Amino acid sequence: MSSAVDLDTPPADTRSTPDEPRRRGDVLRTLVRGLGQTLITVGLISLLFVVYELYVTDILAAREQDQLSQQIQDQWRDDPTVAPAPTAPAPAAAAPPEQPFTPAPISVGVGDPFAVLHIPRLATDYSRVVVEGAAQDQLAQGPGHYLGTAMPGEQGNLAIAGHRVGRGSPFLDLDRMRPGDPIVVETADAWFVYRVLGDASTGRFDGDPSGIPGQEIVRPEAVSVISPTPGGPADGPASGAYLTLTTCHPKYSAQQRLIIHARLDGAPFSKATTPDGPPALAG
Amino acid sequence: MYTWIWRHLPGPLPAKTLAALVLVLAVSALLLFVVFPQVEPLLPFTDVTVTP
Repeated sequence: MSSAVDLDTPPADTRSTPDEPRRRGDVLRTLVRGLGQTLITVGLISLLFVVYELYVTDILAAREQDQLSQQIQDQWRDDPTVAPAPTAPAPAAAAPPEQPFTPAPISVGVGDPFAVLHIPRLATDYSRVVVEGAAQDQLAQGPGHYLGTAMPGEQGNLAIAGHRVGRGSPFLDLDRMRPGDPIVVETADAWFVYRVLGDASTGRFDGDPSGIPGQEIVRPEAVSVISPTPGGPADGPASGAYLTLTTCHPKYSAQQRLIIHARLDGAPFSKATTPDGPPALAG
Repeated sequence: MYTWIWRHLPGPLPAKTLAALVLVLAVSALLLFVVFPQVEPLLPFTDVTVTP
């Protein structure tokens, strides 16, 4: 058939042998070659899939994040519940030292962006737009908020999932988080500062009086980590305002889940009075 | 399969090489941007959530 085969079987040989055995040999050779080429093709496609997961999804996710970022900025600018800083009501502006600031409640449809996550430990300018819902569709765009869990600042558990590797790798370095590290959630009108649980002085994750660890590695079915009180029953009472991040562990695997727990630290900062963010972001 | 394609590409060697290259790129693009995005949700590699 091909030139390679012709070289393998010198003409003198083929002429002298009878037709029957030669044809059977050809068929066998074609089959083996076909099998070999199929296996090589499967291998190449698998490699290409790895390239897709590691690099191409990053490009796609970066584009999604750009769009979301644009969308959420537009949304916040047009939001009637958020008074723009210059035209803030006089009484509120006149009494900034008190804490009358209560952020507007957030209601958002599945798939829509509603907050921006800032984690200075991961990168000084780290910011990812969080979308409502933690299904594949939403996670392809960025970190996703588990449906039914608390909203930023609320009592309960604000639970967010994100990809470790690929899709922009928002939570790639989540294992570098240390106790006391700030996780800042920006919403339409407020900044919420959460801090990773644990003992900041010793760096131990299990130093919190509540007994909730700052970091844990669990089985994929350990849904109690996103309970109102992390580790408690799914319909149990909330004992505080928590934030939980989930991603896969170890890297390049989906065997386990890496979990980071944090608790709300102090009152929210109004965006009208601190447009550039809380001190935790600057330091 | 590859031999068959190679024999059916027209023209002299440079033209064949170019055509083969274009074919490879076309198939790669089809896989990367059409096939893989559809197949990916069916595979377990990208689970990051906790589910019962």
